[in-house]
Amino acid sequence: MYFWNREAECMHPDELRAKRDWLLVRTVRHAYEHVPCYKKKFDEAGLKPEHIRTVADLPKIPFTTKADFRDNYPFGMFAVPMEQIVRVHASSGTTGKSTVVGYTRNDVATWAELMARTLGAGGTTKGDVVQNAYGYGLFTGGLGAHYGAEKIGASVVPISGGNSKRQVQIMQDFGSTVLCCTPSYAVLLGETAREMGVDAGKLPLRVAFLGAEPWTESMRREIEEALKIDALDIYGLSEVIGPGVSYECMEKAGLHINEDHFIAEIIDPETGEQLPPGAKGELVFTTLTKEALPLLRYRTRDLTYLEPEPCKCGRTFVRMHRLMGRTDDMLIVRGVNVFPSQIESVLMEIEETEPHYLIVVDREKGAMDTLEVWVEVSPKLAADEVRYLEQTERKITSELQSALGISVKVKLVEPKTIARSEGKAKRVVDRRDLYSES
Amino acid sequence: MRVNQLSVFLENKSGRLADVTRTLADAGINIRALSIADTIDYGLLRLIVNDPVAARDALAKAGFTVALTDVLAIEVPDKPGGLANIIEILAQAGINIEYMYAFVGRSGEHAIVVFRIEKLDQATTILREKGVRILAGEELHSL
Repeated sequence: MYFWNREAECMHPDELRAKRDWLLVRTVRHAYEHVPCYKKKFDEAGLKPEHIRTVADLPKIPFTTKADFRDNYPFGMFAVPMEQIVRVHASSGTTGKSTVVGYTRNDVATWAELMARTLGAGGTTKGDVVQNAYGYGLFTGGLGAHYGAEKIGASVVPISGGNSKRQVQIMQDFGSTVLCCTPSYAVLLGETAREMGVDAGKLPLRVAFLGAEPWTESMRREIEEALKIDALDIYGLSEVIGPGVSYECMEKAGLHINEDHFIAEIIDPETGEQLPPGAKGELVFTTLTKEALPLLRYRTRDLTYLEPEPCKCGRTFVRMHRLMGRTDDMLIVRGVNVFPSQIESVLMEIEETEPHYLIVVDREKGAMDTLEVWVEVSPKLAADEVRYLEQTERKITSELQSALGISVKVKLVEPKTIARSEGKAKRVVDRRDLYSES
Repeated sequence: MRVNQLSVFLENKSGRLADVTRTLADAGINIRALSIADTIDYGLLRLIVNDPVAARDALAKAGFTVALTDVLAIEVPDKPGGLANIIEILAQAGINIEYMYAFVGRSGEHAIVVFRIEKLDQATTILREKGVRILAGEELHSL
């Protein structure tokens, strides 16, 4: 078994419990004193920071949601002045405004440590060449994996996403031993290598750390077979820290949550009640060490359950099962979060279309996800020239791409052809199989 | 002198053209000319009919997106160079043709071609000066 930080990752449960209690007390005070949004939530609930003494008091604290980020856009959730912020990242919001997160110098160091544990759990050492094909930029994936690999001392190839032939070429030429990317991109790289006539068995590539989107055990088998590697699932979200929240060990039996930095709860998404260990529900996180962006009971909208039994690897950190669904309508397309509401708000601004649309997400075998948006033409679009229709299509496409940050195919359809069901229309057809168990 | 043309937005899926022609048949509309411009996903069906307004209302009621556009129906001598002469007249006047298609019926010894062009009034004047006959809607429908 591989470890980056065996002492932390195998900490005695009693020690972990004591540590978490005082870190929670400190975080609650920090959030209450420095973030008006938290103070308001506490005051409205008649709650004082001193009411929170241990992790058992957690259910008293009101939830935090993505809407809080939107209402406090861009920096209102930060608990430190901007002089102490050394990094900003952002992810999709439910409407036009993105979810903005910040890091102090210590937060960046914490993040690197957590990603070092993640990569270390798959045996990454300073002797490795890490091909990092997560996107660099506002997305946390690229820099998150980069800092973790550098902390280990591995040689990082910051290739970022895209250009799969070049990825395979570099994998071959540089002798990459570790791959970081989304699982669907790993499938594509396997396919690309095959098309290029590259024998994956002869590549030095040994292990891949795949995250930023849900995937399945059958995809794991496919990737491991195609690239002759171990494929490990990693999980994170920018609000909590980015990648590095939880990670699989070589047992491949669920993702260990970095419990010395985060508290995970499972709640009933309807009632908000905390559920007992082993019950499936919505994953909620509280951060314990973050300075710039302390999070109290943040609702991830991800569905999973916590595995209370200890893992054979020796880590004491609780495991979460791979993601089992969402409690909202968020889609993850090529690792990018997409909310139907984002698409709707773009279409509302375009007068040639009706606000009737259908989002069709598909994944061809060995290819990346496709996002199609079917839009009903409005009577205002009554056109006599194809050119005008094509212009309209291009206009919608470019507005959507700039709002979502990924490529979109727009398809104009006839009026009244998108099914209207009882009151609420069906907006999304996801033809991918992301949460199957087999 | 202008003729009203219907343009109907159609998705490329089987049966849609049949839906249009059936709707028009049920409304007692006679189709005199038609053409289809298509892309991968959709097409535009352009129609000259005997009663454009009634046809538009019937199609709109059936849920189609319909536009009414003015076009010119021009008599073209049915002999080599007949069409070339007319197009040259327009080219010399600097008038662009958006699209054109042939009419089903004939006018004596002449073919009829439907033109969608910019600067309709100017084109009409110039063509008339050159002795080209442009048919009115009623003439077209009575052929």
